[in-house]
Amino acid sequence: MKCQYCEKPATFHITEITESTGSQVMHLCEEHAKGFLQKEEANPVASIASALAKQLDLGQTKKDLEELDRKACPVCGISFFEFRNTGRLGCPFDYTHFAADLLPLMTNIHESIEHVGKRPRRSAAADSHALMIQLRREMEEAVEREDYERASELRDELRRMEQAGEGLGDS
Amino acid sequence: MKRNTDFSELATRSGEWMRGTGPESDIVVSSRIRLARNLADFPFIKRCSDEDRVSIERTIRAKMEYLSDWEEVHYFDLEQLPEIDRQFLVERQLVSREIAEADGARGVAVSADEHFSVMVNEEDHLRIQVMHSGLDLPTAWRQINELDDKLEASILYAFHPDFGYLTSCPTNVGTGLRVSVMLHLPALVITRQIEKVFRSMQRINVTVRGLYGEGSQYSGDFYQVSNQITLGRSEVELVELVGGDVVPRIIEYERKAREYLVKEGKQDLHDDVSRALGILGTAKKISSEETMHYLSKVRLGVNLGLIEDLAVGTINKLFMQTQPAHLQKLHGRLLRSSERNVERATYLQRHLSDSFDN
Repeated sequence: MKCQYCEKPATFHITEITESTGSQVMHLCEEHAKGFLQKEEANPVASIASALAKQLDLGQTKKDLEELDRKACPVCGISFFEFRNTGRLGCPFDYTHFAADLLPLMTNIHESIEHVGKRPRRSAAADSHALMIQLRREMEEAVEREDYERASELRDELRRMEQAGEGLGDS
Repeated sequence: MKRNTDFSELATRSGEWMRGTGPESDIVVSSRIRLARNLADFPFIKRCSDEDRVSIERTIRAKMEYLSDWEEVHYFDLEQLPEIDRQFLVERQLVSREIAEADGARGVAVSADEHFSVMVNEEDHLRIQVMHSGLDLPTAWRQINELDDKLEASILYAFHPDFGYLTSCPTNVGTGLRVSVMLHLPALVITRQIEKVFRSMQRINVTVRGLYGEGSQYSGDFYQVSNQITLGRSEVELVELVGGDVVPRIIEYERKAREYLVKEGKQDLHDDVSRALGILGTAKKISSEETMHYLSKVRLGVNLGLIEDLAVGTINKLFMQTQPAHLQKLHGRLLRSSERNVERATYLQRHLSDSFDN
């Protein structure tokens, strides 16, 4: 069966129910199916939840998602489950660590996944920034378990990095 | 930049963007653009410790202190401000409800004319916004772009070569840009065409939201149109999508609906808007929803020439100053809801009779 909007084979058969027309079965190719499923949502959590639900429709199994939920960022420690529940990521490195998992989601939310707009004049050496975020987290954890010696070492290390221009402002 | 805690001067006037001037200002109340930015070497707000938030706020504030031409910019420490003052800033649309109600180190820098504000530690580390009266997105874009350049010169942003500016929520990633145009669409509401118009917008990547009183008995007929996507199109393209394509189409529909109303039922309409003005000018107690409802009608009446001697700017000002925090600031003390309704009616009576005397 062909897609009802183009010549490609229809791989998605979607039933849409609206008040005016009742139920209606659509036969669509992958591209048109994505476009069709992409509907506006004002609430970010809702839009992430709905995009993830669509992802599930588009082939990901429940088991895949459960496995994904347990995956955590080594820098900020956030799990995909936490992200999915709140709609908020934990740090810039999540976009790298969860890149493969975020791509389908971002494709659903946006028109494309390639930034075409403004770019900052100065670029950041992403690795050193990720390290700084990680050190901040380790420092906080050291304070929590009252290991003040370790916390103080980490603080010095962070100061050194900030002064070396790996942090704000001077890279 | 000045540290500020005094609102008495702000309260008596309305921001530049409420003047009721600028292109299409009979329908477009304001044009706003905001950019979401984050520092490269801190976690996003959700994973920040209290100490991280303090460091971020201090760092950004320190950078802003040294910006050129920022001598007249006011900085409000939102952690220290009482709730009524934070609410006041929300009503002026200088801060979001989220940051007003949040905890921890956070603040906002506001330009003297209120054209721009920069929120620190909102959902993203930085939320920059520029607002103008009427439909003027190209000016807003030019200004916010310059502002962003200025901040970027001393702050290193989280940026990814493929995904653009990195934001706490993936719905803002890429440009981090949200264009919002606030529209007054009473004729489309009266003629019951509003749903139809908005349904036709859904497929083209814009979001429409009712502002104020949604779901309540009264509506102020204000709607906000914004871009839905932020990644995959340039800032200029997004500005053009909303300001050059979508909004002008809605304006045209609203104009046609207004023409129809005037042609088919001028007397009814004239009666309706005059009664609205009568209620606002004579009521002894009035809720903010009811005020919004009747001010919307009066605004339509003024724009159609059915009510004379009242300026759109005055009505915009009344919209703002009859909201709870403004009313209490102007009155000089906290008021219970029932007291506010009396104070609101007194205020409206005084200002509407002032306008007629002029």
